[in-house]
Parts: sequence; structure tokens; C-alpha cells
Amino acid sequence: MSDAATMTLEEREATLGGVGTARKRKEDVRFIQGAGNYVDDVKLPGMVFGDFVRSPYAHARIKSINAEVALAVPGVKAVLTAADLKPLNLHYMPTLAGDVQAVLAEEKVLFQNQEVAFVIAEDRYIASDAAELVEVDYEELPPIVDAFKAMDEGAICLREDIQGKTEGAHGARKHDNHIFTWEIGDKEGADKALETGEVTVKELVTYQRVHPSPLETCASIASMDKIKGELTLYGTFQAPHVVRTVASLLSAIPEHKIRVIAPDIGGGFGNKVGVYPGYVCSIVASIVLGVPVKWVEDRIENLSATAFARDYHMTGELAATKDGKITGLKCHVLADHGAFDACADPTKWPAGFFNICTGSYDIPVAHVSVDGVYTNKAPGGVAYRCSFRVTEAAYMIERMMDVLAQKLEMDPAELRLKNFVQPAQFPYNSALGWEYDSGDYPTAMNQMMQAVDYAGLRREQAEQRDKVARGESRSLMGIGVSFFTEIVGAGPSRNCDILGVAMFDSCEIRVHPTGSAIARLGTKSQGQAHETTYAQILATEIGIPSEDIGIEEGDTDTAPYGLGTYGSRSTPVAGAAAARVGRKIRAKAQKIAAHLLEVAEGDLEWEIDRFKVKGLPEKEATMKEIAWAAYNNLPEGMEPGLEAVDYYDPPNMTYPFGAYLCVADIDVDTGETSIRRFYALDDCGTRINPMVIEGQVHGGLTEAFGIAMGQEIAYDELGNVQGASLMDYFLPTAVETPVWETDFTVTPSPHHPIGAKGVGESPNVGGVPAFSNAVIDAFSHLGVKHMPMPHTAWRVWQQCKESGLTK
Amino acid sequence: MIPGDFEYYRPNSLDEAVQLLATHGDDARVLAGGHSLIPMMKLRLAAPEHLVDLRNIASLSGVSESGGDITIGAMTTQTELITSTVLSEHCPIIRETALLIADPQVRYCGTLGGNVANGDPGNDMPALMQCLGATYILQGPDGMREVEARGFYEAAYFTEMNDGEILTAVRFPTPAAGHGYAYKKLKRKVGDYATAAAAVLLSMKDGNCVSASIALTNVADTPLYAQAASDALVGTTIDAAAIDEAVALAEGITEPASDGRGPAEYRTKMAGVMARRAILEAKERAQ
Ligand SMILES: Cc1cc2nc3c(=O)[nH]c(=O)nc-3n(C[C@H](O)[C@H](O)[C@H](O)COP(=O)(O)OP(=O)(O)OC[C@H]3O[C@@H](n4cnc5c(N)ncnc54)[C@H](O)[C@@H]3O)c2cc1C
Repeated sequence: MSDAATMTLEEREATLGGVGTARKRKEDVRFIQGAGNYVDDVKLPGMVFGDFVRSPYAHARIKSINAEVALAVPGVKAVLTAADLKPLNLHYMPTLAGDVQAVLAEEKVLFQNQEVAFVIAEDRYIASDAAELVEVDYEELPPIVDAFKAMDEGAICLREDIQGKTEGAHGARKHDNHIFTWEIGDKEGADKALETGEVTVKELVTYQRVHPSPLETCASIASMDKIKGELTLYGTFQAPHVVRTVASLLSAIPEHKIRVIAPDIGGGFGNKVGVYPGYVCSIVASIVLGVPVKWVEDRIENLSATAFARDYHMTGELAATKDGKITGLKCHVLADHGAFDACADPTKWPAGFFNICTGSYDIPVAHVSVDGVYTNKAPGGVAYRCSFRVTEAAYMIERMMDVLAQKLEMDPAELRLKNFVQPAQFPYNSALGWEYDSGDYPTAMNQMMQAVDYAGLRREQAEQRDKVARGESRSLMGIGVSFFTEIVGAGPSRNCDILGVAMFDSCEIRVHPTGSAIARLGTKSQGQAHETTYAQILATEIGIPSEDIGIEEGDTDTAPYGLGTYGSRSTPVAGAAAARVGRKIRAKAQKIAAHLLEVAEGDLEWEIDRFKVKGLPEKEATMKEIAWAAYNNLPEGMEPGLEAVDYYDPPNMTYPFGAYLCVADIDVDTGETSIRRFYALDDCGTRINPMVIEGQVHGGLTEAFGIAMGQEIAYDELGNVQGASLMDYFLPTAVETPVWETDFTVTPSPHHPIGAKGVGESPNVGGVPAFSNAVIDAFSHLGVKHMPMPHTAWRVWQQCKESGLTK
Repeated sequence: MIPGDFEYYRPNSLDEAVQLLATHGDDARVLAGGHSLIPMMKLRLAAPEHLVDLRNIASLSGVSESGGDITIGAMTTQTELITSTVLSEHCPIIRETALLIADPQVRYCGTLGGNVANGDPGNDMPALMQCLGATYILQGPDGMREVEARGFYEAAYFTEMNDGEILTAVRFPTPAAGHGYAYKKLKRKVGDYATAAAAVLLSMKDGNCVSASIALTNVADTPLYAQAASDALVGTTIDAAAIDEAVALAEGITEPASDGRGPAEYRTKMAGVMARRAILEAKERAQ
């Protein structure tokens, strides 16, 4: 019939554009032409704008709020305060972590830039002008900025709303500013290993407070149709369905009367998982006023008030034999959660999956405990381009491996090789309770070491150190090794839920009569190229070219229920649902093909895009023909149409891994670090689209570089947030960003339908320790064990000074 | 991040602009490229009620060299400084410095006049103008007057310029042929203000330094002209001892703030490192 009949197998594969094809990102056509549709692009008739009055203080009692002058400004529609929300029981909202968070501060403000009042006006300018005119009378209170002082005896109680409550969402609270203690592992065993270890090391490794800082800030538009009783909510939501459920629970509007739409999203990185006061206030304002209400954060608000990440003070301890076999690990974490516990973790995991912190190593016994505390800082604790608290865990163990190697006077790569979980040990049960699905760590490590000529680099480093010692050079060379194991794809319903909703995901597909299709999923791309890669998975499964498969996400009225995109869960969970939905389609297609070709189903075999009769190669039915037949020529009794839906509850997480290496040169006079080389080998199992993977790795490495070398949301002793603008908060530009060398091995996941794992977050997880280790390695010959991140020029210079390299 | 309300004017002549400023007094501000003023307005650190945009006044732009002086109109953009053949030929340190300011987008709009009139110690051009021995030409309701760049800056955002005055041009002696120069700037990333920066201009004759001029950026609440450090080089071969002395003298006059770029101690030391590197490069370049 068509060209398809005369095409070679290779040509048909190429036309299919399925799994393994470096297909160009479909969504970029609109993004690079400025034709994306972000929340701020959405304009509804009669829409008004909200802006917040925020607290200038980190800790203060609110004595009074007077909005009279603001209300008198022409164009101002309303000013909401806690007093207005309280009768609706909306002055606090539940957080994903089982705490509550103030929507608008009632009696106290607990962090600088906390939301105090919401001013709604005809346009943004008026709202902004009027917000300045709301008079709030504060009585300043002493702030707690240092997490280590939060639980001091006599420390002022920050959260008076839960004062005296000895039981929190995650067990006992031992102080008014204590949130939870989370423990896992064998304490006795780990203590013993540390006591009896031939060699032991201990180090406080702090992962500073950072912010995901997506290019698009958070925003929402609520539109309440009072006649129909229907609420439409547009927003920057990484998990639109969860937002719908939470909105229904909070507002008592039936869930079928709420439609949540997440249009194009300009980056999320965890920042857009949680629910923010702006969303709630825009909803309440729209219900009160009966018109659509838009709220869009500015950059300072984004950096200072919506969810931060990390802020983990991790004390790691390792025990090992003299020849470098690790015998035990202990870690205590002091977790600074800010004013409210608004971490975006699966509900039962208050410290996320931090217990992945045994890393890639076969550590026989381990124990972890985490204490969460309140401080006068913004709430959050989201997974900034990583699975829940996995970057923290990877940073701790990869730093500790270097600390141990130094103590053992062993090469850090050799120490890692010596302790790897071996290929034959998979599926591997870690001491802290995870079942690693698959991996081949030694192969990846050796491939990396060969590619970069690791031994040669170490020789060069030794020569360079001599030159510096002789006064012939003012440049130190550092080599950072990092070998990480991620845990992504939350997750199995037996251990992962969000507010009781199991963390499955979904795909629904409709194949049209002419052989094209539309598929919808429960996840939500924020730039990860879902429209490209899901279509490839489906193409391979059902034999329809990926170009002919439209992908839609983000509209809760049309997409099947899903838990959204974060923690690299899209491919492991929704991608699996896509593969399985494709298999359902193909199974029905096979029945139709048998009918068309007048043979038994079992006489057919699949080839790229069609069924063929075994032994009679000229007798075949293409998917295109089958799709048409599904609507007009079906076997007796078969339901017409070609549609399917699949909800996938993964049996396990997936465990991507990788071997990274960073070579850094440090100018000892200025403390500036220049990244000479960065090599990243990633194993994410089956590779759906190598080009997309490479893009994800480049992006994640760039963020890791930003974090390790400059990002920090710092506070002064009064709790004033420092440098919450892009002048100070380090987003690397193309000029600073190093050149990335990427590589891969392929160890498929045994339980994922197509063997794929996640990849989007691996480079952040593995990248941060590689940079940090490189900087610190530059000083290791001088006895330096650890240096605080971020490794800004002045901090590194400080070390140069302490090491006597400069005056 | 939204400015307060303001009226906008775009006069076609200097007289008209001066008139507008006189009429609106304190509440009026001149707008040049807007890349210092508008960010401050967005943060509501500045809330002028009347903005007088100078962009239509053609006489305020352009670079010329005559009679041993170079004159640059206040509205000349940083990009124009970079592309000016007069400057590349006679005073290449301006191009070198301008290329270290922000990024191309900022440089297309930002002007020399705005950069030096703003009084922000973070700006790079003020120290360079001090290094070059420039004179600022100011036009006010009472006529024209001239102020030396080295005496212009009083404190952060406070200068010798009075309300109602407009900077029309800067003028400085054309550096001697064969002079050595360098502008060295330490910054965290593209688009950042200096952690510390140093401008150096010098002339050598028969292996000896016959004139030297050093100025520092962002290590005090004003730009700093390092007179003693400059003097320490003159009459020497710019050997290690002379450089050490000049660097120590330069460091000695700094009074930096501590901020995200580093504590005061670090920034003082970096002023020294930048000065040292600039001196070495200037010496190298001198003929
Ligand atoms: C992201 C970013 C990074 C930057 N980095 C640097 C940097 O590294 N180094 C650096 O030097 N600069 C930097 N700048 C500032 C930039 O160079 C500005 O353009 C410059 O400082 C001001 O020039 P302007 O023409 O934009 O002035 P405007 O912003 O228009 O004006 C600045 C001030 O000067 C006054 N003014 C302007 N012109 C006159 C005049 N002719 N007479 C009297 N008063 C006048 C205005 O009233 C205002 O108070 C940066 C700016 C940005 C946005």
C-alpha cells in the first residue's frame, strides 16, 4: 500500500523513533520560539492580582494589622489576614510532612518574608503599592538561626501553636523546637563496629541551605465559578492531582468540581511540589470575590519564602580494617527544617530516603538517626533535583569515603573499588533496609578511570604539588572522585504514600482510526521532555511512530490520576505504565490482526510496526491497518476502539548509579577554583533517548556545580536572609559552566517493564561530591580533611591561608 | 519588584532637561541606561516621582580626541566604549574595563555617565576615571562647572554633584603613547560587581617608571585613588620590592565591607592581588 510496504527494516525503525533514538525534543519547538504557555501567560476575563505583605522580621509577635489605608487605594479589592482565614479554618494548612504551616501569620511571624497579609487589586502595580500601606505593628522576639542552638535548654519556643505537644507526626518530641527523631539500622551493631574498628573516622559534613531556584517562580490563578460551584486552579504544580486532592480536603469543594491545570512549567527541581500560601490565598480570594485571582512570586520571594533544600548537618562515622574494608557506618543528622515542617517527602519518611547513605558500598552494619528542628527560617526541605534527601546522603558518604581514604593513606578510587557491592550480590539488601535492584559498579568505575587516565592525573597532581612546594607555581590541583547510587521512582505503595495516596502513576492512551494516538499521564514535565520520551516508549510498544503520538499531562480533568514528577519518578513509574498500556494495546491489536489475516493469534509474530504471519512473510497487518479496523472491522463480539489505561504500582525503586570525576585547579592567591575537566558516567539502565539523557546530565551537573561552588541561602544572626537575589545566589551562566564529558554503561532494571531507571537527578546527586572532593583533595596532602561548602573563592582562600600557602 | 508610580519625560535638549530637574527638585531623577536606577526602583530603594530620560539628547553621546584630551559624552554606552576606535587606539584600558562590566545586555544600555554619576562603589568606571585623572563636566541651572573624579566621591551614593545637575561629559588627558595599562577584576561570575578590582596606568622610560597611577574598585564606600601606591612605583624599575611596597600601600587604604563576596580581610587582600597583577601586566605592556 504505502511507502511503508517498501521500507527496509532500518527505515521502519527510524520512522518509528522508538526507544534508543536520539530524537529531538518535541516541546522545544514552542519553547525556543517563546510560544510556551506558562501560568503568567494565562489571562482570564476579569482577573485581579494578589500580592503579599511580608514580615521584615525573623521572629516577632504581631500586635496589630491595619489595612485601612491600603483598602482606600483606588483599585484595591480586598486585604486578607489570618483573621479572615481563621473562621474558614484556613489560617493554617497541612503540610506533606504532617505538620501545619501558617497561610497568613496569626500571632507570630517565624521567618523573614513570611506571609502576613494578601492584598488583592485590579492590577499588579496597585497591589504592590497597597501592600506597602498595610500597617503591621510587630514586637520583635529573639530569633533562633543556628540549628545547633534550637534545642538548648531554655531556648525560646518558636511554635506556640504546638507548644507542649510531646507527640508529633513522626513520634516523640523532646523539646518545643524539636520536630522528630527518625532512626533506622542496628545501633548496637554500629556502635560496636565503631568501637572495635582498626581505623575510624568522624567528620561533621554540612550540606548548606540552598534553593532550587527554577527560572519560572511559583504562581497560581484561582477561578471560582460560583454559579456552577466549580473551581479551576492554574498553577506551577509538579503534582497537579495531589494539589486537587489537597484543595478539595481544605476547601470542602467536592473533588470533581475542582480542575487543576499545570500548564508549561519553567523548571521545578522540587520547588513546585509543595503547597504554598499564595495558592491558598488566591483560592480564598477568588471564592470571596467571585473573579479569577492571580498570584505570581517575584525572585526575592521565591528565593526567600518558597521551599529551600538541604540544610543538613551530618556527622558521619566510618570504621574500617587497616587494609580498607569498611566494617560499619554511623550517621547523625541535625536537620534544619525552618519554621514549619514542610518537607516534601513521602509521608512516612520524615528524612526522605536518607538511609541510602551506605551508598555503593557493602557496609555490613549501619545506623542513622535524624533530628529535625525548628528555626526562624523559611520552611521547605524539598528534594532539589534529587530523590528525597538522597543528595545529602550521597554527599555525606562520598565525603566520608575521602576522609577515610586519607586516614588510611589509600587512594580514594582504590578504597571505593575495594568496598563496592559486587555485581553478583544484586539484588542487594543494604544494611539500612533497601533492596538495590541492579548494578555493576566495578565496571563503571574502571571505565571512568581508564577514560580519564586516572593514574596519569595522580602523577600530574604529585608533580604539581612539588612545583608549588618549590615556589614555581601558585596553582593547586585537585581530583574529585564520586561514585553514587541513587534511589528513584517512588514508589511501591507498601512504603510510599503522600497523605495516604499511594505513589503509583498512570498512563492512558487512545489510538485513533487513522493510526495516530493521544496519551495522557499522571506526571508533569517541568522541562524533562516527557512529550518526547513517553512517545518513544509507546512507539516501541505499539508500533506507531513517536511523531504520531501526542502526549498530554497536567490537566486533572483529562489526565489519569498520578502523583507527579519529582524524585526521578516519571520514567520508573509513569514510564512503566506507558510501556504496560502499550502492551495492552498490542494484545488487542494482535487479536484484530488475527481476524484480519484469518489466522490464529498464535500464528502471528511482531515486527517493529506490524504483525506478520509466521512463515508467510508477505501476509501482514500494520498497526495503521489494525487501528482502522479497530473502528470498523472487529472480530465477532469484540468491543470497538483501541484504548487502554494502566495504573502502575512499582514493585521496587530503581537504583541508577554513576562514576564521576572532577579535576580542579585552585589559584592560591585568590582562592578561585577553575574546573579543568569533568567526566560523568551514568548508568540509568535502558536508555530511552540518549540526547535527552545527555541534556539532563548537563543540566544536573550545572546545578551541582552551582551548589558546590556558590549557592547558599544564608542568614545573619538576626535571621535576615542574605543575598536572596540572582546577584548573590549563584546560578552559573554559560561562561562559568565547565565543559561536560558524558559516558555510560547500561545495567537494566530487572523489574521495570523496559529496564529503565531515572536519570534527571543523578548528576546533581553525584556531581556535588565530585566538585567538593576535588576542591578538598587539592589540600589533602596538607592534612586538610574537610572544607565547608559552598567552595567560594573566599572560603577556599581562607583554607589557603590556614594551610600557609598565602598570607 | 514593582516600582512605585512615576512620571516619565524625554526632553530633546539639555536645557529642557535641566529645566525639568529644576521644576521637580528632589522628586526628579535623571534616567540614562537605567541599569542601576531601575533595579533600585524595583526594590523601592529609590522612588523618584519624575524620571527625566536623557536618551534623546544627541549632544550627550560620543567619543572624541583633540588637543591632548579625550572627551566622552555622558550618554555614551558601555558597548560604544568597547567598539570605539579612538579609545582602542589611545586608551585601551577603557575597553578592557568595560568588557568586565556585567554582560552584553547591560552594556548595550548602561552609560558611562550613569556609571560614574551613580556613586555606587561597586561600579568599575569611577576608579578607572580616577586612575585616568578625569574631570567631570556638570551642567546645572546656574551653568557649567567641572569636578575632578578624584574629588567627586563622598560616600556610597553621595557625590559632589548637586540636585538639579546633569553630568554631560568626562574629559581626561590622553595617556602617553606606549603607556602600560591593566584593569584586573576579581568577581564571582559574569554580571557580578567586583570583590576587588584595580586599575593601573604607567609609563616607562629606559627601564624606569616615570609615571604611575593606581585606583581601586569596591574596597571602600567610594572608589579609591591610591596616591601613595602610585608614587611607590615612580622612579623604580618596578622590581619585586617596589611592587610589594605599592601593594602594601594599596591594601592599606582599603576599608571594604564584608558581604557575600567575602569578609573585609579577604577583600583587602584581593585588592592587593588585583593591584599586583595589574602592575605586572601594565609593566609588561609598557613600551
Ligand atoms: C546585572 C547587572 C550587573 C552589573 N554589573 C556591573 C559591574 O560589574 N560593574 C559596573 O560598573 N556596573 C555594573 N552594573 C551597572 C551598569 O553598568 C549600569 O548601567 C551603570 O552603573 C549605570 O549606568 P546607566 O546608564 O544604566 O544609569 P542609570 O541607571 O540610568 O542611572 C544611574 C544613576 O545615575 C544618575 N545619572 C545617570 N546619568 C546621569 C547623568 N548624565 N547626569 C547625572 N546623573 C545621572 C541617575 O539619576 C541614577 O541615579 C550592572 C548592572 C546590572 C543590572
